[in-house]
Amino acid sequence: MTEKILARASGKAAVRPGENVWVNVDTLMTHDVCGPGTIGIFEREFGACAKVWDRDKVVIIPDHYIFTADDKCHRNVDILRRFVREQGLPHYYDVGSPRYKGVCHVALAQEGHCRPGEVLFGTDSHTCTAGAFNQFATGIGNTDAAFILGTGKLLVKVPPTMRFVFDGEFPPYLMAKDVILHLIGEIGVDGGTYKAMEFGGEAIQRLSMEERMTLCNMVIEGGGKNGIIEADDVTFDYVRARTRKAFEPVTPDADAAHVFVKRWNARTIEPTVAKPHSPDKRAAARELEDVKLTRAYIGSCTGGKLTDFVSAARVMRGRKVAVKTFLVPATTEISQSIRTETLDGKTLLAIFEEAGCTVSMDASCAACLGGPADTFGRINGPEVCISTTNRNFPGRMGSKEGQVYLASPYTVAASAIRGRITDPREFLA
Amino acid sequence: MSANTIRGKVYVLGDNIDTDQIIPAQYLNLVPTIPDEYEKLGSYALCGVLDAAAYVPEGRTKTPYAIIVAGRNFGCGSSREHAPIAIGAAGGRAVVAESYARIFFRNCVATGELYPMETPTRLVGEFVVGDEAEIDLDASTITNLRSGAVMPLAPLGDARPVIDAGGLFEYARRTGMIAPTAHPDVREAVPVNRVVED
Ligand code: SF4
Repeated sequence: MTEKILARASGKAAVRPGENVWVNVDTLMTHDVCGPGTIGIFEREFGACAKVWDRDKVVIIPDHYIFTADDKCHRNVDILRRFVREQGLPHYYDVGSPRYKGVCHVALAQEGHCRPGEVLFGTDSHTCTAGAFNQFATGIGNTDAAFILGTGKLLVKVPPTMRFVFDGEFPPYLMAKDVILHLIGEIGVDGGTYKAMEFGGEAIQRLSMEERMTLCNMVIEGGGKNGIIEADDVTFDYVRARTRKAFEPVTPDADAAHVFVKRWNARTIEPTVAKPHSPDKRAAARELEDVKLTRAYIGSCTGGKLTDFVSAARVMRGRKVAVKTFLVPATTEISQSIRTETLDGKTLLAIFEEAGCTVSMDASCAACLGGPADTFGRINGPEVCISTTNRNFPGRMGSKEGQVYLASPYTVAASAIRGRITDPREFLA
Repeated sequence: MSANTIRGKVYVLGDNIDTDQIIPAQYLNLVPTIPDEYEKLGSYALCGVLDAAAYVPEGRTKTPYAIIVAGRNFGCGSSREHAPIAIGAAGGRAVVAESYARIFFRNCVATGELYPMETPTRLVGEFVVGDEAEIDLDASTITNLRSGAVMPLAPLGDARPVIDAGGLFEYARRTGMIAPTAHPDVREAVPVNRVVED
């Protein structure tokens, strides 16, 4: 599927893995961390009065360092604002305005910028999230992004495809996060380097769009260039509800060549955790029941979507957390839904507050990547944290002294209640 | 940056050195295209690495180590171009590793900040921090000047002329892919075959 999208985008009948091709870009996304540098390079290289190649194809989403007192962070958002004004860019979601959205990868999807069959680049490694929508989507640096801003094109090496098939149905206590952590544990953090990671099988087709996004979000943690899933009615329903633009999905060929194929019986996968300090340090949640925690965190592009909160609420309703538990919705739309969606007649927010969680009102990346010292939920000392985020490198959520365990919202919620890592199955009976 | 040899002191690291260790997230508010923030980024290069001697000494902006020798999957994690830039701004000129994360490698080439050399064998055990070494880009070798050992590197291939030129834009100009000077009407990039990618 990846090859088909790249062939179409480069105007060729077919492309082969390893080939370098110039692709026409459908969407370029940048944010407050890498946008200012990208703009700096664009203006230096193309001239101060240069215009971007296509105003309608540039999407700018401030989300990372938003709710902080740090001056430079505000200065950076001002650089974005100036650029947007000068260029007349329509797709800008300014913080402090009603257009503000929150975390870019989720906002892109919600605002209809993710469409099957297209090519999306973003100055953020988790741009691969959009592979869930049957797009070619991958992260790039500022220089490449500046090149696209000026030309609308980028030279890409066509990746070979690894295919991961899940037969049957995932058990009800399992989430996409467990699946991807299990898979990364199998192939290692560089097992997918330079490769496309394609997901298929009946169990994948049963997943919601949000769960598919969780899966594709973390292909980069396996080193993958992009993740991709076939589009179906679930995809079309989501996309058509959010954009009127036409799109043309690609389908996998029955005889497509893959460099690696692995099949699982979806039933056999267990609630999975990645231990510090690497996403491939895999263990089953039940094997870690003696790990004591000091905090829990639910948020980010991979673990702060509405389904993530609904799942956490299922475990937390009528219970109390034993450690400090921080919740950050990925986007303002999700933040709103937490206040309106109910479970057994109670809003999600009420369930969380009664459980003793600290819920951020402000949608953003927050402590997923540490950020400035005053960031909500940031780890500022030797904390042991279980988190629904995607990275547990040393210092990723703040202090180098912190230890981060990655897990699904079910497992994080169950662990927050016990104060130690807990298999969520007993809470979901 | 277009000499054939790179000579300098060696800094040694292990596997999976991720971009949060290369430049921790709290410093990403620095914008690399602003000159004094570029320098500042350099002063924080590799300050997130656990249990290692400082790459850039406390209170300084430059590193004594021009060459980094590391293991597998160097530069994994985020797409932040701040990572190769921080090392380059500190005075690092080359990394010698068994393998790289894709975006980091690409960013080294696109920015022209660093030569990301791959090694066919693991070289981490062949160096101690502070050894003097010389990389020969034409011959694709690295020599440990203390022990005298000469070890092979994988040729950089198409990536080399881009880094030699100082990055993607300069290279694109020199090869006629984009107009030779910054001009508001520049739009079209003409594909040429010799360019590299990832
Ligand atoms: S939520 Fe975390 S992983 Fe996602 S874009 Fe923000 S910082 Fe990156």
